[in-house]
Amino acid sequence: MSSPPMLEIAGLHVVFGGLHALSDLDFAVEEGEIVAVIGPNGAGKTTFFNVVSGMVKPTQGQIYFEGRSLLGLDPNKITARGIARTFQNVRLFANMTVLENVMVSQHCRTRQRMLDALLYTSRFRREEEQVRARGKEVLGFFGTRLTGYRFDQPASVLSYANRRRLEIARAMATSPKLLLLDEPVAGMNPVESAELTQLIGKLRDEMGYTIVLIEHDMSVVRDISDRVVVLDHGEAIARGTYAEVSADPQVIEAYLGRAADGN
Amino acid sequence: MTAVADPMAASTGDTVPETVRRRRVLDQNWRELLKVGAILMVGQVFIALSGMPVSFDRRLIIDPILSLGYLSLLWLPLVVGYAVGREQALEGMMAYTKGGREVLAGAITGVLGNLGLTLLVVGITHFDIRDPLVNWSPQLLELLEFEQSVWFGALIWLGIGAATGAAGGGLHWVGARNRRTVITVIAAVSSAAVLESVITDLAQGFHIEAVANWLYAPKRGLTSPAAAVVAGATILAVNAISALRARAAHRLVSAAEASPTESGSTRGGRLSPRRLAGFALTVAAVIVLPLFLGRLTNELLANVGLFILLALGLNIIVGLAGILDLGYVAFFAVGGYSVAVLTSPGSPRFSPEMPWIGALFIAMLLAGLVGLFIGAPVIRMRGDYLAVVTLGFGEIIRILLLSDWLSGTFNGAQGIINIPGVEIFGLTTVRGFEPRSVLYLVLFFCAIAIYVSWRLENSRIGRAWMAIREDESVAEAMGVDTVSAKLMAFVTGAVLGSFSGAILSAKVGSIFPHSFAIIVSIVILVVVIFGGMGNIAGVIAGAAVLIGVLGGPNQPGLLQEFAEFKILIYGALLVWMMLQRSEGLIPSVRRARELHTDELNQDAWLRAQADEADDASNPGVLDGQGPRP
Repeated sequence: MSSPPMLEIAGLHVVFGGLHALSDLDFAVEEGEIVAVIGPNGAGKTTFFNVVSGMVKPTQGQIYFEGRSLLGLDPNKITARGIARTFQNVRLFANMTVLENVMVSQHCRTRQRMLDALLYTSRFRREEEQVRARGKEVLGFFGTRLTGYRFDQPASVLSYANRRRLEIARAMATSPKLLLLDEPVAGMNPVESAELTQLIGKLRDEMGYTIVLIEHDMSVVRDISDRVVVLDHGEAIARGTYAEVSADPQVIEAYLGRAADGN
Repeated sequence: MTAVADPMAASTGDTVPETVRRRRVLDQNWRELLKVGAILMVGQVFIALSGMPVSFDRRLIIDPILSLGYLSLLWLPLVVGYAVGREQALEGMMAYTKGGREVLAGAITGVLGNLGLTLLVVGITHFDIRDPLVNWSPQLLELLEFEQSVWFGALIWLGIGAATGAAGGGLHWVGARNRRTVITVIAAVSSAAVLESVITDLAQGFHIEAVANWLYAPKRGLTSPAAAVVAGATILAVNAISALRARAAHRLVSAAEASPTESGSTRGGRLSPRRLAGFALTVAAVIVLPLFLGRLTNELLANVGLFILLALGLNIIVGLAGILDLGYVAFFAVGGYSVAVLTSPGSPRFSPEMPWIGALFIAMLLAGLVGLFIGAPVIRMRGDYLAVVTLGFGEIIRILLLSDWLSGTFNGAQGIINIPGVEIFGLTTVRGFEPRSVLYLVLFFCAIAIYVSWRLENSRIGRAWMAIREDESVAEAMGVDTVSAKLMAFVTGAVLGSFSGAILSAKVGSIFPHSFAIIVSIVILVVVIFGGMGNIAGVIAGAAVLIGVLGGPNQPGLLQEFAEFKILIYGALLVWMMLQRSEGLIPSVRRARELHTDELNQDAWLRAQADEADDASNPGVLDGQGPRP
């Protein structure tokens, strides 16, 4: 590769007390890729997301995004650089409306000051209009599920699948380049999960996001990922295409041995 | 109305079960009755020994019949008598017709509860319990005996227990619609009695003293005929309103069926024309009314206004940003002392004798700086730790003001006196002895605070605050700069709080450290929680009810008799609120929006149906017209 990868991680260690959540992890994502991170429970997948999004500080190692180091940056600064994430255990702003959820996540893309709001300046009105329009646009990505009367409903009344969709919409509203999706289809039925898989493909093909996702549902991983990285005990034990990885004896032993029956 | 084919009729199953059964009157849950009766007993004895009946006895609700003192011993059996007969009606569960059984259950709990009072009456004539229970007094015994003999009192309390408990249980018998009417009537009569001074004041302002004279026995509550008229008028009003609302609900439902429209998002800090009209009317009333009010009421309203200001400021910190600040009084103190030092000729070391408005700007600036100063170390913490640290800062400010070290500037416990009034561009001077002008000053700043809260809530920073309140780490991961947003919340809250302090200084003319005790922080927080966190209207309502009726930490309210028991009642109200209505008196719109308007209409329609069914199975005593929503 001539140009450096979009996200490059070298020698990453994360230690919680005596526990090595991640040890000596190397990882790279090229622009426009969909990379799946899989592994058994406790393998360090979510810790990996937490480190990239800045919520956990690494013990050792380097993280570069578009050639610049992310180390020491607060999560909001990392979001401003263009990395957005969703959460495994859906963490929406439950008492805010659906629309407000996607409006607030445009915080780092907007500039209005308190004084603009107080004086109701034209800059304030213009920007509010833009934020609202952009929020509706992002919600519209999921068909009519999050639009219309849903705009003004609090996120807490949404169904589980719709909460997952809103999580993705909220991350999209931060206008990221790289999306980190933590188990996007968990808890969805097969139809919903197939539909969302297709939408994740669209996110890359039409919206141009680069995507890293953690997923336990192997059919989703098989259908959309360009590459798969397998974590076990905080170490990358295999990488490659789905076909390569699923044939790896080490992976089968660690993880797919059980899940492969279902495929 | 009897459309069985309607899909919505199917869901009325939870309120109109197919199998409606009657139970025998003696088919009681005796264990439960004993338990509730015992709790009621403890409650009644507690109220009696707390001294409330004696202190409140001076205040009458209905002239010769009922005093607030007796009411304090009557309400609990009534409420418990009602509560003991309450059952959760679930869909698919067998429901029973309410009737004699509930009345008996109420009566039994009432008798059991008041057995406590009976034992107390007999007990205190034989044993001296004054030593540990200082609020016990001979007057209490007289009151409990109805100024007759011990045994008369002992027996009559049992009778009263039976009667009030049975009345409470009987509320189940009369059906939902009549129950609501009865409760509204009780509320209307007691509010009319409590508002005596305000209404008399208003009547004088409009030169219709005759009305007030007829309504109220002088300083002694409503006259009996007036109470009857208020009750009658309330019944008529309730029926008329409910008929109108039911009709409106039916109309909305049929309109929705005719043309199911998709409602888009129309919000974003803008008001609908109808709400705008209501808002304009309220503003006009607020501007005009003080002209017709007397000194006492204006003074009372000014105090309420000062607390509205404080509560709106704290609401930004606690209600919007979710930072539990227990030391908010610090900003109140900074505002008050800045103005005192800068304007008073009596300020010991530094006395520039500035005009109030100039001092206000410096006070705002200082409060903002103190907000930053307190906020900076505090915002790194979360939850309990944060609350404890703010509590500490609140006390530090008070102790600094009191200290010898700074007594050269702040005069220690002697405080600063001779603070001049507010001179408004040489036109007029606002002073404490002119409550009306103070009220207008307070209203002006309340308007500013309301505007600021309203604009900020629907802006970038307001959304960031709410996101932080909901989940701070996620807010940060979604790009919100939590450190600066939280600091902004502190600074904004501090500046709004300093307004209140600045006005207090000019209003009272003197200022002392003890006015800024920790209890002030707690009361402001209770106002915010009680009214409805995060909601401007809720905060105003909370201040009006708590400060207006019960009184603030250093200010009397409408019920001056409550002064000694204020904190106790605050506590009881807060506990009840948290259990029954944790979102506050007027919940934030956000919560109300949980139901889409279509669902709200359906809800109203269903309730009207349920009321009809309820009335059909329970022939009511009071018969209203038309279905109620």
